[in-house]
Amino acid sequence: MQLTDLYQGFRDPATIHSLATEIKKLASGLDTDVNIMEVCGGHTHTIMKYGLLQLLPENIKFIHGPGCPVCVMPKERIDHAIALANQPNVILVSLGDMIRVPGSTGSLANHRAKGCDIRPIYDPLDTLKIAEDNPNKTVIFFAIGFETSTPMTAALIEQAEQQGVNNLLFHINHVLVPPAIDAVMAEKNAKVNAFIGPAHVSVISGAKIYQAAVDQYSTPVVVSGFEPVDVMQSILSIVKQKSANEAKLEVQYTRSVTFDGNVHAQQLVNRYFELRDEFRWRGLGPIAKSALKLKDEFIQRDAEHHFKSVLPTEPIDDHKACQCGDILRGLASPKECKVFGRGCSPQTPLGSCMVSSEGACNAYYRYGEIPHA
Amino acid sequence: MLDANKTIQLSHGGGGKEMDQLIKSLFFKAFDNPILRAEEDAAKLQLSGPVAFTTDSFTVSPLFFAGGNIGKLAIAGTVNDLAMMGAQPEYLSCSFIIEEGFSIANLKIIVESMAEELQQSGARIVCGDTKVVPRGCADGLFINTTGIGRIIMPNISTKNLSADDVIIVSRDIGRHGAAILMAREGLELESDLTSDCASLWPMVEQLIAANIPIHAMRDATRGGLAAVLNEWAKASNVGINLIEKEIPIADEVKGLCELFGFEAHDLANEGTFVIALPREAADGAVEILQRYGHCEKACIIGNVVETHLGKVVLTTPWGSHRYLDLPQGELLPRIC
Repeated sequence: MQLTDLYQGFRDPATIHSLATEIKKLASGLDTDVNIMEVCGGHTHTIMKYGLLQLLPENIKFIHGPGCPVCVMPKERIDHAIALANQPNVILVSLGDMIRVPGSTGSLANHRAKGCDIRPIYDPLDTLKIAEDNPNKTVIFFAIGFETSTPMTAALIEQAEQQGVNNLLFHINHVLVPPAIDAVMAEKNAKVNAFIGPAHVSVISGAKIYQAAVDQYSTPVVVSGFEPVDVMQSILSIVKQKSANEAKLEVQYTRSVTFDGNVHAQQLVNRYFELRDEFRWRGLGPIAKSALKLKDEFIQRDAEHHFKSVLPTEPIDDHKACQCGDILRGLASPKECKVFGRGCSPQTPLGSCMVSSEGACNAYYRYGEIPHA
Repeated sequence: MLDANKTIQLSHGGGGKEMDQLIKSLFFKAFDNPILRAEEDAAKLQLSGPVAFTTDSFTVSPLFFAGGNIGKLAIAGTVNDLAMMGAQPEYLSCSFIIEEGFSIANLKIIVESMAEELQQSGARIVCGDTKVVPRGCADGLFINTTGIGRIIMPNISTKNLSADDVIIVSRDIGRHGAAILMAREGLELESDLTSDCASLWPMVEQLIAANIPIHAMRDATRGGLAAVLNEWAKASNVGINLIEKEIPIADEVKGLCELFGFEAHDLANEGTFVIALPREAADGAVEILQRYGHCEKACIIGNVVETHLGKVVLTTPWGSHRYLDLPQGELLPRIC
């Protein structure tokens, strides 16, 4: 079987059209707007890249959520990465887009150009080889991501522990989806009345993590895959619930998501991590128990502990003109930001929503908002 | 004789006996022709009429990849820049910047594939230079080639697109970028995917011989198909519509894009070109490419319009539209 066979059915034009027709039919009977927050930037990407908005009726609206790990990192944490990379004999390793996000003295890419040893990787386990190949250097894995990527960091710690790779440290920025949903709903002007949850998070954590949101806010939550058919099916499920005046937790991504998730991965995460008292999210501000840190027994691997004296502690706010905060809270759309496409573009981003390919501003800038055909 | 088991020393660039040996037994032997053999300070060329003139430096990492190496690329790249201007590639210069310690056996393989690639277009290397830099001052080997060609079909330009032109692509896109990504350290994948690296003059020669009225022609190198079309849309102040399902992409490239979150139209090509030409000439051009140019996958992928000026719009298989923007920044794998 070809890899392409795996997704072709989820991009089938006839299926997409019939889902669009059914959504339109049902939504025409609703007397209020359906304001769906797709929590994850990957879904924003799917919606924009595949032009799904053009297939939907006007009373179905999207509010782009805070589920982009790069976008929610406050500037002071980026400055941590830069400060670490500038230490003598340090190799800083991180994933993907992190390398482009501007801190207060440029991005990691800028500092790499100045001579810092900064290496983007795809698989966190590659960091182990970097540490083994450079026994005289301190290798720091700058860990970012939601529940999806945390087990990979935990697996890396486990390998380092088992193999006694002692020159590998960690700077942990793993964040959690449910507290972010609570922060969005705590907003007085919150318009969101339905959620699409990211399937890859629930492959690990299970669909159960959204039950509290369903119960507390009486909103439908559908755990969805990332292909266009997945998203259209999830929208249809939400519209069906709205028509029946229901608020349920549903799993669209039945091909891998269970209610309880991957218990083994959860155990691995719990072995090494515990909740932080508080983490400051870009745009959302400080949220209690919304992120993870290394357990005290692994403090010898904690770069935040080791390099405490050189890491900045003051919060740094975004550029005043940048509305990433409102966008991440669902209060503004990218196009409402005054600097969108003018002072702020992917080449010269003012805020993180424009930097990351998962960011809402980046998706709008890249794919445009082409009106109905 | 040069010992293939040995490595390049600083003395190979010192202007003395070792350098002479390297040049004579390797470069002259592979690129032999009367102009080069004359060994003057500069090559003497016979030129008349309009000529195209281009230069390019090659720093690809890794130096060897599926479907080619830096040498093949250095010839095809410059030959293609000339061909895309409707010029027959004739004379090339070639400069090597070699890092001390580079394997002579590998240098030999690279030089031999350059000689082989030259045969595709009939171009000749008529002058060159060799520098050896201390270890750590270069990444193995850098090559610069500069080329001159006689313009046979004038008036090909990025500014020449007009409404009702159609867009043709010569083959499936994204292969070179995908092959390089797969060969890079860290992405340990196995596949039969090869780069499209090739000289395009033989195909272009066929199109010119058949009097195909080409408005614009460009090899879709760095930045891929997306970069070429965006550049054209802006330079000619037109809009371009693309039909996504018509764009040929190999399954291996699709698979890699799925894994890493790339898009095939952002990936580099080194032997794939795009043509804009009047609609009535399009079928003829596709037939020539397919029948005589070994471009079995050549096809029409879109057309030029007078709306959305300066922008490229992609139509999805289910009829929705989106902009196809220029690729930006480093191509980094997505994180989740």
